Amino acid sequence: MSETWILPLVQIAVVLNAILISVTYIVLLERKVIAWVQSRLGPMRVGPWGTLQPIADVLKLMLKEDITPIRVDRPLFTLAPIMSLVPALITFAVIPFGGHVTLFGHDVPLFIADVNIGLLYIVSVTSIGIYGIILAGYASNSKYPLLAGLRASAQLISYEVAVTMMLVSIVVTSGTLSMVGIGEAQRTSGVWFAFIQPVALVVLFIGGLAETNRSPFDLAEAEQELTGGFHTEYSGMRFALFFLAEYANMIVVSGVMVTLFFGGWLQPFPNIAALSFLGFVPGWIWFLVKVFFFLYLFIWIRATLPRYRYDQLMRLGWKVLIPVALVNLAVTAVVKVLR
Amino acid sequence: MMEAFAFYALAALIVGFGVMVIAARNPVHSVVFLVLNFLGIAVMYVVLGAEFLAVIQVLVYAGGIVVLYLFVVMLVTLKRAPEAHQDPHRKTGLGVGLAAAVLAEVIAILVYTSSAAPVLTTAVSAAALKTPALTGNTEQVGWALYTDYLIPFEVASMLLLAAMIGAILFARRAD
Repeated sequence: MSETWILPLVQIAVVLNAILISVTYIVLLERKVIAWVQSRLGPMRVGPWGTLQPIADVLKLMLKEDITPIRVDRPLFTLAPIMSLVPALITFAVIPFGGHVTLFGHDVPLFIADVNIGLLYIVSVTSIGIYGIILAGYASNSKYPLLAGLRASAQLISYEVAVTMMLVSIVVTSGTLSMVGIGEAQRTSGVWFAFIQPVALVVLFIGGLAETNRSPFDLAEAEQELTGGFHTEYSGMRFALFFLAEYANMIVVSGVMVTLFFGGWLQPFPNIAALSFLGFVPGWIWFLVKVFFFLYLFIWIRATLPRYRYDQLMRLGWKVLIPVALVNLAVTAVVKVLR
Repeated sequence: MMEAFAFYALAALIVGFGVMVIAARNPVHSVVFLVLNFLGIAVMYVVLGAEFLAVIQVLVYAGGIVVLYLFVVMLVTLKRAPEAHQDPHRKTGLGVGLAAAVLAEVIAILVYTSSAAPVLTTAVSAAALKTPALTGNTEQVGWALYTDYLIPFEVASMLLLAAMIGAILFARRAD
């Protein structure tokens, strides 16, 4: 009896802490990578090569004064950062970090929950996260956050259509909505879905960039136009919550991309005997390596591409991605039936 | 026992949020309470073992439609909140009459179906027996939609298509 309760609680504690710590180091990675792209050194002073910079940043954010401007909508102003962060964190409940391992004589699954609607759960929970941004924009009672909130909501609604439709293609290919099931389906098919559904890979990654408000789709926090965007009026720890949510969402998108297209915790080409020596690396390390690749890609793109203009963003979403997603779904369904 | 407690606590929350939707002065607050109401209903679906419906409820209503509501409300009420409780055309008598009629209807349904309820459940389980052994929630919903309810499903989709075309037509005419 106690084991059914204790194991999930331990899993949740480990995952949440790991996410929060890795978020601080992703920020450092981002600053370092962008600095190297621009021939700078990045943070160097706190610790060797700036490796203690995240700790200093967290301390600074926690000790800073938490200002609430006078004419804000108080309940919503307080609620907005929470509504932004919580959906980002609870998404990790269904992301499989690995298969089963034996730990201290117990069989421990490296995922918190394997529900048969896992993928739908992720889509629906992330669609709740948008309220944080919209409500922050409204509650701030200030023109730039409001504009950013409107931009963000229009952008998310538009890209959600293409993303959800593309996910249906993956579900048709794998025949299951469970995240663990989709990973296992790539073991039985013998090849990553990245090779079966390359179009879906590209569209979903673009959609993921847009849904996390990352460059080149970061119109909701365009510094030059909106003085920071929806979190302009926030300071201290509440601002940090938005920051945490953005980077946690990056990890979510990376984790989903890895699970859907790159075999999750599976080693490359698990069915080829010549490559079976790769099995000595545990599954969760494969997962983390692949996730790291996607996180690096996020940062790389931010350092490389200029921001889209708003009408270009909308045109890409509605006139390119949605038709492509529809055609891809139709082709996938026909191929699935003919086989 | 535990389930009954969860049900009533949840139901009280849902009704409370529903009341707040119409009681809140600020339209944006109303919309936020509507979101909480929908989330509560989603939890209710989970308690009833309908996970697929729960997730769809969150995805379509809480995450999709209400975002559009919020979008519109934010754009419309930027300047001032509407003047509440000053509507000169308010017809209190009509409202009370309609509410009483609905209440009478609900009571009538409760009275007349309480004896017939077992029949209903056997009909449902008979329908469930007809279908092949479906394990998942999603498969059951899909099977029901594409066999027994195919015509209503397609008619509903035509209705949505008509609404969409109508909306586009209005938007274009405004140009």
